[in-house]
Amino acid sequence: MIKAELKSFSNISAEKVKDSILNRYPAKVARKRGKQIIINRVENGDQVPEILANSRTIPGILTMRGCAYAGCKGVVLGPTRDILQITHGPIGCGFYSWLTRRNQTRPETLSDANYMTYALSTDLQEDEIIFGGEKKLKKAIEEAIALFNPKAIGIFSTCPVGLIGDDVHAVAREMEEKYPEVNIFGFSCEGYKGVSQSAGHHVANNKVFTDVVGQLEMRKEGKYIVNILGEYNIGGDAFEIERIMELCGFTLHSTFSGNSVYEEFASAHNADLNVVMCHRSINYMAEMMEKKYGIPWFKVNFVGAEATAKSLRKMAVYFGDAELIERVESVIAAEMENVLKVQGEIRPRCEGKKAMLFVGGSRAHHYQELFTEIGMETLSAGYEFAHRDDYEGRKVIPGIVVDADTRNIEELTVTPDEKRYNPRKKNDEMQKLESAGFTFNDYNGMMTEMKDNSLIIDDLNHYETEILIEKYKPDIFCAGIKEKYVVQKGGIPMKQLHSYDYSGPYAGFIGAVNFYREIDRMVNTKIFSLVKAPWQESPELTGSYVWNK
Amino acid sequence: MNKIDFSGTKSFTSTRNACALCAPLGATLAFRGIENCIPLVHGSQGCSTYIRRYIISHFREPVDIASSNFSEESAVFGGSENLKTALDNVIRQYHPSMVGVASTCLSETIGDDVPMALREYSASGRGDGVPVVQVSTPSYRGTHAEGFRGAVRSAVESIAKGGTSDGSINFFPPIISPEDLRHLKDILKDFGINGTVLPDYSESMDGGAWENYYKLPAGGTPVKAILNMGRASASIDIGLCVTAPLSAGRFLSEKFGHVFYSTGLPLGIEACDAFFRILSELSGNPVPEKYLKERGRLADAYIDAHKYLAGKRAVVYGEPDLATGIAQFIEETGVKTVLCATGSRGMSAGFSSSLPQIDGVKCALADDADFTTMLELCRDLKPDMVIGSSKGFYLSKNLGIPLIRAGFPVHDRFGGQRLMHFGYQGTQQFFDRIVNAVMEYNQNSNSIGYSYI
Repeated sequence: MIKAELKSFSNISAEKVKDSILNRYPAKVARKRGKQIIINRVENGDQVPEILANSRTIPGILTMRGCAYAGCKGVVLGPTRDILQITHGPIGCGFYSWLTRRNQTRPETLSDANYMTYALSTDLQEDEIIFGGEKKLKKAIEEAIALFNPKAIGIFSTCPVGLIGDDVHAVAREMEEKYPEVNIFGFSCEGYKGVSQSAGHHVANNKVFTDVVGQLEMRKEGKYIVNILGEYNIGGDAFEIERIMELCGFTLHSTFSGNSVYEEFASAHNADLNVVMCHRSINYMAEMMEKKYGIPWFKVNFVGAEATAKSLRKMAVYFGDAELIERVESVIAAEMENVLKVQGEIRPRCEGKKAMLFVGGSRAHHYQELFTEIGMETLSAGYEFAHRDDYEGRKVIPGIVVDADTRNIEELTVTPDEKRYNPRKKNDEMQKLESAGFTFNDYNGMMTEMKDNSLIIDDLNHYETEILIEKYKPDIFCAGIKEKYVVQKGGIPMKQLHSYDYSGPYAGFIGAVNFYREIDRMVNTKIFSLVKAPWQESPELTGSYVWNK
Repeated sequence: MNKIDFSGTKSFTSTRNACALCAPLGATLAFRGIENCIPLVHGSQGCSTYIRRYIISHFREPVDIASSNFSEESAVFGGSENLKTALDNVIRQYHPSMVGVASTCLSETIGDDVPMALREYSASGRGDGVPVVQVSTPSYRGTHAEGFRGAVRSAVESIAKGGTSDGSINFFPPIISPEDLRHLKDILKDFGINGTVLPDYSESMDGGAWENYYKLPAGGTPVKAILNMGRASASIDIGLCVTAPLSAGRFLSEKFGHVFYSTGLPLGIEACDAFFRILSELSGNPVPEKYLKERGRLADAYIDAHKYLAGKRAVVYGEPDLATGIAQFIEETGVKTVLCATGSRGMSAGFSSSLPQIDGVKCALADDADFTTMLELCRDLKPDMVIGSSKGFYLSKNLGIPLIRAGFPVHDRFGGQRLMHFGYQGTQQFFDRIVNAVMEYNQNSNSIGYSYI
């Protein structure tokens, strides 16, 4: 693989790379993967080719994807600080989701609840698999209440639960009657549901919407009250966003769900705007809150200094207050000073280098911003568990074919709340904003912002990773821990964009600077030149190593 | 010894901060110790993803584990078709010398008959004749420790053949580090023993940078060597807790009529002495001078560090073989094990019987333990140190005492795959870590800042 034939992006034919990937598949697999591997072409501003996404992974092909439980418990609910989470099932799943995603929390006082370091499981044994585990679950709930007296308890189902007929929702109702002061709710997020963790996101959104949001009437102080949806505080990203919000004068009512607390979720319907970071995992919530409570939403991105500035400006324009707009501008100006200084230092060393990103359901798009800011180009990118709208934009949603796997995940029918529906903007205000180019409910997707001829690959697998690296020789590859070491063995620096390689934050202005420095360190390291001993001659090598460029 | 029976009388029904991982993880780790073997987890793709990311976090190496990717449909109608497709794809992509199939909670709950599916698979001429070994590993029936032993047992059951004795000796270690495995192989070489170690992930889970791309990292016990295990003259189970149904050594010795030994993890002077004595007997060679010197240095170190360790109280946890091994070892050094815990239930019989009788101090023994229960016990036990995997940081932080990392997973420190727990040399390294942790703690908890202690 390392045998180098150095080529620049421009003279690598994406068609040839695609062919060489598909060539080695049997016809049936090649047909399917052919629809998931797309050569990008943007026409008329936002028209891109159709990609097959959110489709089952072929058994035996090594995927990056996880399961519905991981999406529900691990991603969406995991980052909350004071909702006690009980994994109902045998021990593995609870153990693996115990602090693994590096979500950070910051309780206001030492005595404030923080269950992050705590992993509660019913640890089902064979007897319970045969005779049912509901009794054990009830006992676990009682124990949790006795220990912590939490405001809320979430129950997360693992694979066997649905199959042995345990009804976590009935248990939740029964226990809530017994303990009315605790909000208890269950998630049917068995691992086999859907095709990836995306199913679990949807399950989580539904339950939090029906059982948590709207339970409490509380409105934080302030003029510009917003919720951020889809920010999970990996590596402290949410802390940086909180800092910026405060500087600008926005009141952050709740974050779904990084460093969040139950009361903020329960009263989130009192905010005046929802902004969406990770479209994939939480757009359901934004849509449902708009329908039921009249809160408008739009997409933002706090990854990348420019993207952060753009998002802040849009939020200010939404509220339309001249004082706010001015304050936001002054914050951006002050923060950009250091950002530009560091950019200026680092850009000459990174300019022209090539990146690949295969991660998540929004990160593979968001992080391209940061690479662009230091002069780097994205050759190829794709998501792990996204849907077509995350690639092509929300305009394609009406045309997405709903298959059996998606149909199995409940789609809630939401109507305006009789008492609490309150459109935050009047029709004429919305129209005025929109006619000035302001967009609501918007996400244009990753492909519309990528160059023509870049290769877009959904659900990239191990084998394809090898080919991509061999053909493109990127300077850096971004994915998760499962891909990290195989890529690095091959001599390509690899950045984890799930856990950030245990660093961060990378969001906001401070985060951007952190990321520039991190990428500079990685693409300019000399370490790879030490891999081979000087006496190890390899005459078959036809070029130089990528790290010696 | 005061045995705490957590399974019957423990005060909590739920498991709070578990002290065990799931059975298929142990099985896949064992399969990665077979040369060019690809593990395949038969269940939801989440199982293989979680297991991969967890094993990788410790070893920092590529770990490919395939999945049969159950959907809702296969959960209802059975997963055998998925399994066959997965085998087709994985064999075509990897050209493995073996596929190791581990079942999951999901496939076992719906009663998927994996052996039958595999018979159908090979009968239909699919799979290019690649051997497929399957092990039943629902995590409601055992932890990673049982899954690991179970996979090794399944591999020898389905592959090993008899024949004229080739004088080799089979070794079945518990979960130890790649560095430990390298050391074990060095020891065998020094004794002139033709040994087969199963599993052997010494290279596959801790290898160098690559010049060429490998689908599966090199290293591991060759399938051919497993085939020949029936011709060995002896089998040795390392670790006293392995139960008869999980014991590969017992199976081989009974089936092929060779000698069987069961010996503790060689950690600590006495356990090492026992192990080296067996090697000396079997090889007919005296213990090489090199190891006598190692033993001498170790005993000397025990004496030198006695002032730092004597009377200290430790909480020890891990897989049954490791936890009891550590307890025996530190007892020699003057450290009292006040609590020896494991998350395993399946190997608890061996666990209680292989713990040393400890004079003067009651040692609480806990199987089916979890970290929160351990923490509650520690309020009375007042330990000075915690010894085990990274997950015990929860204890260490809450109690304000040092954690000496050992076993699996170690993912809050660097080099978990090179920590040693085996032989005189491994004991020495482990011992130094314990002494230094105590010295560091003493130094840091003093306000003066002594640099000579």
